[in-house]
Amino acid sequence: MSDPTDLTALSAATLAERLAAGEVSSVEVTQAHLDRIAAVDGDVHAFLHVNAAALDAARAVDAQRAAGTALSPLAGVPVAIKDVLCTLDMPSTAGSKILEGWVPPYDATVVARMRAAGLVPLGKTNMDEFAMGSSTEHSAYGNTHNPWDLTRIPGGSGGGSAAAVSAFEAPLALGSDTGGSIRQPAAVTGSVGMKPTYGGVSRYGAIALASSLDQVGPVTRSVLDAGLLHDVIGGHDARDSTSIPDAWPSFADAARAGLRGEGLRGLRVGVVKELSQEGQGFQPGVLQRFRESLSLLESQGAEIVEVSAPSFEYAIAAYYLILPAEASSNLAKFDSVRFGLRVEVPGGTVEDVMAASREQGFGDEVKRRIILGTYALSAGYYDAYYGSAQKVRTLIQRDFDAAFAVADVLATPSAPTTAFPLGSKIDDPLAMYLNDLTTIPANLAGVPGISIPAGLAPEDGLPVGIQFMAPVREDARLYTVGAALESLLEQQWGGPLLSKAPSLLAG
Amino acid sequence: MSEITPDVVSHLANLARIALTEDEITKLTGELGQIVDSVAKVAEVATPDVPATSHPIPLGTVTRADVVGTTLTTEQALSGAPASELGQFKVASILGEEQ
Repeated sequence: MSDPTDLTALSAATLAERLAAGEVSSVEVTQAHLDRIAAVDGDVHAFLHVNAAALDAARAVDAQRAAGTALSPLAGVPVAIKDVLCTLDMPSTAGSKILEGWVPPYDATVVARMRAAGLVPLGKTNMDEFAMGSSTEHSAYGNTHNPWDLTRIPGGSGGGSAAAVSAFEAPLALGSDTGGSIRQPAAVTGSVGMKPTYGGVSRYGAIALASSLDQVGPVTRSVLDAGLLHDVIGGHDARDSTSIPDAWPSFADAARAGLRGEGLRGLRVGVVKELSQEGQGFQPGVLQRFRESLSLLESQGAEIVEVSAPSFEYAIAAYYLILPAEASSNLAKFDSVRFGLRVEVPGGTVEDVMAASREQGFGDEVKRRIILGTYALSAGYYDAYYGSAQKVRTLIQRDFDAAFAVADVLATPSAPTTAFPLGSKIDDPLAMYLNDLTTIPANLAGVPGISIPAGLAPEDGLPVGIQFMAPVREDARLYTVGAALESLLEQQWGGPLLSKAPSLLAG
Repeated sequence: MSEITPDVVSHLANLARIALTEDEITKLTGELGQIVDSVAKVAEVATPDVPATSHPIPLGTVTRADVVGTTLTTEQALSGAPASELGQFKVASILGEEQ
């Protein structure tokens, strides 16, 4: 019998092989991860809820396998789920007090697809309230701590999912990315995060933040694992009217091609001038590791070309008009009537009850953005703010079009800095918003983006991420390039970056 | 400079149905002023010749066959409601006494 403590160190791809070969059971794999959660999550706090039925789900998969049922590749592998996704058997709070204890009457499509594929839900992960934030400090349920340094932020909004995989509490997790909430946490925790093409993965059952920007995607420790999970959750869903009806290639196969060393010779890598230089808010060690990765790609036959995207300078401003506008509308549904918190107001009307419930149920950042969105959409300001922001969106799309005319993929650092200390930016909303400098343009244009580890910054020893972006529908390209670079870097490092992370076990 | 005053914030909070406290209104007035000044730069490049984009990937109107799909039961729909009665959501009075 294998040593259960080792099972948490294995990739999802390896676990899947060993499960398929009958070398290990899903119950053993799931128990190992539950044990790891019990051992380290008191310090990390990646989970808001641990699934009491996880072992039952694992037993069911083991029974199917024993009966000779044909199973999907990831059957029996555990997965953590961001709390923004609706789950039938677990509370779904989106990190907000207004939804405390709410158990939805349906599964999000991505959750239903994972269950159908035999993945085992481990629990729900912490996040900034309604995905508004870059540090997970805006969660109503306490901070998540970065496994590399527990005094630092795990990124956000999906800090819980990123911390869960990087603390080896789960081999796989699901995230959602509206302005970087999958990619920026991946960067600061040394993990892999993929935001698919807008419409590539169903949003049905994902509690909406900004509907024209939100996208669900995989959070993992390797590019191949992300591809395997993307293959399970992706594809058309009739329940999401923005879902792209096209057929998609296998993203796991695209990653395997990269691992074989394919895809780099002749690849044109566009370096975005406005997001790659000194004086643009980047930490020196971030730029250093970014440039080393580019050199490595060049040494394998890729061609580095400089591209300019002058409108990216306006991306954050446009984003912080479009997002609050859409959020203020989406969050109107938390009205104390159909679900969530109700604060009784003796003698009050339903309107008084709504206002009191929303005052008590929403945190500071959510209130800030709802009020900002209400302002941006109000009569007399609509054209100047929301209308102008939508025009900037067109300009950013044009910049991408021009860049992709001369480059196959674009590269930027995934985040301007490594993980910063908890508490250091919480009182300065504008400083917090700058963390999404490099990730927001992809959401505004709908293009896919992936963050993979690029090394540790020399000045602080913390993880740095490199981001690649591709044209819409070209997600497969990111898996190939990402896996190829990951493989080259791991040869240099002598193993995955996360093997250098602290064990987290007291002793 | 923006025109964010405590009265403006109070009005917006009323529109958004959030019963902000006086302290919150004071704090938000300062913060929103800063944020609005910062995001107003979008107007610098949003010239009349640039069309607006509302959706990243244009799709045609999505329709489906007019058949009953999978829907929630009444019990499921009411399962998360703070209060319900006779198979319906129950709320406080819609109109105040003076109305």
